[in-house]
Amino acid sequence: MIASMPFPPALVLILAGLLLPFARGNLRSVLLLGAPLVTLWLVWTVPDGAVWSFQFLGYQITPLEGDALSRLFASIFAIMAFGGGLFALNQDNTIELAAAFFYAGSAVGVSLSGDLISVFVYWEFMAVGSTIVIWSGGLLAQKAGMRYAAIHLLGGVLLMAGVAGEIAQTGSTTFEAMTLNSFPRYLILAGFIINAGAPPLSAWLPDAYPEASWSGMVFLSAFTTKTAVYVLIRGFPGEEILIFIGVYMIFYGIIYAILENDMRRILAYSIVNQVGFMVTGIGIGTVMTLNGAAAHAFTHIIYKALLLMSAGSVFYMTGKRKCTDLGGLFRTMPITATCGIIGALSISSFPLTSGFISKSLISQGAADEHLMLIWMLLAAASAGVFLHAGIKFPWFVFFQKDSGMRPKEPPWNMRAAMIFFSFLCIALGVYPDPLYAILPFEVDYVPYTTSHVVFQLQLLLFSGLAFFLLLGQLKRTLTITLDFDWFYRGIGKVLASEFDLKGAKVWAVFAERIYRTVRRFTQEIYRHHGPQGILARTWPTGSMAFWTTLLLGAYLIAYYL
Amino acid sequence: MIAANLPALQVVLPLFGAVLCAFLQRGILAWGVALIVSLAMPFIAAGLLIQVLDSGTISYALGGWKPPIGIEYRVDVVNAFILLLVSLIGAIIMPYAKASVEKEIPADRQAWFYAIYLLCLCGLLGMAITGDAFNIFVFMEVSSLAAYALIAMGRDRRALLAAYQYLIMGTIGATFYVIGVGLLYSMTGTLNLADMASRLGGIENSRAVLAAMAFLTVGISLKLALFPLHVWLPNAYAYAPSVATVFLAATATKVAVYLLLRYFFTVLGTVFAHKSLPIAEIVLILSLAAMFGASIVAIFQDDVKRMLAYSSVGQIGYITLGIAITNLAGLTGGIVHLFNHALIKGSLFMAIGAVFYQIGSVKLDDVAGLGKRMPITMGAFAIAGLSIIGAPGTVGFISKWYLVLGAFEKGWWWLAFLIVASSLISVVYIGRIIEVVWFRPVSAAAKRAKEPPLSMLVPTLLLVAATIYFGFDTTATAGIAGLAAELLLAGIR
Repeated sequence: MIASMPFPPALVLILAGLLLPFARGNLRSVLLLGAPLVTLWLVWTVPDGAVWSFQFLGYQITPLEGDALSRLFASIFAIMAFGGGLFALNQDNTIELAAAFFYAGSAVGVSLSGDLISVFVYWEFMAVGSTIVIWSGGLLAQKAGMRYAAIHLLGGVLLMAGVAGEIAQTGSTTFEAMTLNSFPRYLILAGFIINAGAPPLSAWLPDAYPEASWSGMVFLSAFTTKTAVYVLIRGFPGEEILIFIGVYMIFYGIIYAILENDMRRILAYSIVNQVGFMVTGIGIGTVMTLNGAAAHAFTHIIYKALLLMSAGSVFYMTGKRKCTDLGGLFRTMPITATCGIIGALSISSFPLTSGFISKSLISQGAADEHLMLIWMLLAAASAGVFLHAGIKFPWFVFFQKDSGMRPKEPPWNMRAAMIFFSFLCIALGVYPDPLYAILPFEVDYVPYTTSHVVFQLQLLLFSGLAFFLLLGQLKRTLTITLDFDWFYRGIGKVLASEFDLKGAKVWAVFAERIYRTVRRFTQEIYRHHGPQGILARTWPTGSMAFWTTLLLGAYLIAYYL
Repeated sequence: MIAANLPALQVVLPLFGAVLCAFLQRGILAWGVALIVSLAMPFIAAGLLIQVLDSGTISYALGGWKPPIGIEYRVDVVNAFILLLVSLIGAIIMPYAKASVEKEIPADRQAWFYAIYLLCLCGLLGMAITGDAFNIFVFMEVSSLAAYALIAMGRDRRALLAAYQYLIMGTIGATFYVIGVGLLYSMTGTLNLADMASRLGGIENSRAVLAAMAFLTVGISLKLALFPLHVWLPNAYAYAPSVATVFLAATATKVAVYLLLRYFFTVLGTVFAHKSLPIAEIVLILSLAAMFGASIVAIFQDDVKRMLAYSSVGQIGYITLGIAITNLAGLTGGIVHLFNHALIKGSLFMAIGAVFYQIGSVKLDDVAGLGKRMPITMGAFAIAGLSIIGAPGTVGFISKWYLVLGAFEKGWWWLAFLIVASSLISVVYIGRIIEVVWFRPVSAAAKRAKEPPLSMLVPTLLLVAATIYFGFDTTATAGIAGLAAELLLAGIR
């Protein structure tokens, strides 16, 4: 090792995570706020090229390698850890915070890894850290955490098999752009996109994240899916299949979010939806869309964390998550409401917010490539995002009917974190140049042209109009006191017919059938392997001896034949 | 002088120690003797390994009778590695044993416990070191009889039945082994392994040799608990005293695996390599059945010790899988997992032994919330658990990595996938315990639990630290395992 080598930024957060369980009082706060800032500073001391490299098991391992793309993602992960740490200062469960920092550090590690083995190692660390964050959500989170762990370790398994195969085939450990032309590479891609929330396993995300605590979900929203975006940008840029996966994710997220009643599940579905935009951009694979995917990941982390902080504050102060139980909170939580609205505008790509300047890179890139259909789908989806996250979340939580609750604003640190992230959303929206300057490729794009702004505003206004028109219609049915839950299903049905979702019903039947088959299969396993199963109970000595003899006979026959 | 007689000392010291323990009759004195002997063992084994690495295979003629007439102790890289493993585990258990034995064994039997323990150690080391087929049988009986007695000392009355079943099955295994040796003796006229190997040339396809192969395979498979001959193991491990469980789980099956390696590659290498015989294929299928079948059973266990025992059966599948893959990377993976699994299972059983010491139970319901009462012990358990899953940065990853590489080199994609997929099952059974221990409210049984005495904690932590250390520095483990694999593969060329 050279003396001038920068200290690996990932290790700062990981060490902070390992120290946190032993820290109390001020030291704890210093760790929570200081470690991410030190990490951020260190990220920018990492020069281009391999910095730290050694031989292990005869392979070249490069746990620290810098370039523009790596630094971009490592920076936003560090910023996110800072915002999350500030927001969670009053979280009493230190184990959750320790796990979250370990998790954040591993995400920084992935983004600065120069070889596949390091990527895999940090990838597994992330799975462990995030599982503990979910488990910290309380008793209800245990099953969800277990399912989450199972899916992610499955992803890890695919990735490990793929990495081992790739190294066995090419002899090189370097992590660079790959074309999909061998079996191991398919495995690697599969491992990556599972973490992105891609079909057919998208459901792990809305299943597990909302079960985390009010602060846990803020951390969860940022790292797993966005490291997946990072590795896809680096490993599989321009892989056409990603376009279809991405578009599927976009609409999956929108449709389920509209059908959902739990505010944090709405936001979880919208993570899948937003990552879908990025994956589509990676699939198109031009300089413009790759920049767009990277930039969108950057801004998305900020505004999604902001939305979840706002939702987390409401959850923290009221203990309620369902839209039907909430409403009218803007009276007593004006700061939380304002910050939530800023996040909602950003996710809807409203001009002058961060979402506008990043998402437009992707749709512009699609237009430049003359992918007319994709461009139209993206535009339609933008309207859909506004419906489910841009209006639905703030409207039902902060406005609409008066729920009668009068919760106070959350503690100062939570407000400070929200205000900080709101500031970033607006600042990047108004003045995008600093972000454009650190993107992996040079940006030759001006977001604020008259036609673009007008187009976007029209799109948003009309979808907003549609929301309130539908709302008005349904409010009348509300007066005859229909079950409120039906109200959402109702809107869903109206929209579903618009998207022609007959397919969804077929899918539901299909899923039910698969579920039953799996259930039968597990019962069968339990019959043989459960405590009273043939494989688990204590055999009589005689039958043990019998089986031994039988095996001997089998060997003899096999050898003689 | 001492350096030249190291092979004899390796076996004779524990034997004399055992006799001394039996005479002393006082638990604490017997422990002192056992401690001194156990601590001396790793130095002897390390000395042997260094000699072997420096100057090649050691041949030691016992009593001055030249081989192949007399009994030969023959040490090469393969068994030097096993000797070091067994004696290291033996040494690390002894400090731990004092508190645990005082709690679990009646005072008047403690001296006997240590005497039998040393006999078992002597038998295992003898099996590993000797180069004589019949001498192996003798030591096998020494170690097995001692093991039956150790298991029967468990407080749980089911221990007696478990020991009895192990006795019957172990005896069948030993009988099969000796029948196999007898058949080989009738064909070659020698009991010396090296001599036997050279005389088998040309007659490897005779019926008697094939029958010998079958008897040896089944006999040794019983000893190493290869699926489906593992049924004696879970109860034996679950109801034995904690110290005995740690020791047997970490060493006994490993020495049996060594025997399998020795016979398959060195002695019967030409038979094993013969294209028309499906030996490797059968081992492959049984290994896979163990990796999946036994591991799934482990998921549903509600007794932690029994769960770990089933997990052992599954993990043995990875070791024998290395034999079935039969190339350098694969066999290295198998041998290194033999070492690594001993470390991992040793630490897991030690941590659980400490739990038993504190709360007198290892039922899943009783250990709930124990993470809050015994954070260090349960933290050690969690790290060792990650290692058995094969998390990077632990030894478990190194083993699986080599196995996967071996499968790829062979072009067996599906196998590489199965290897990593099977680790998902261990995620479930380890995850289940970690979740219960750390994220559930404290159970009534665990209310007053605290960390165990340092004499138990320190050895556990040392072993856990080793599972991390050898996950990073693999020159010692994978390096020597690689040399051993090379040597073994030379036997089938």
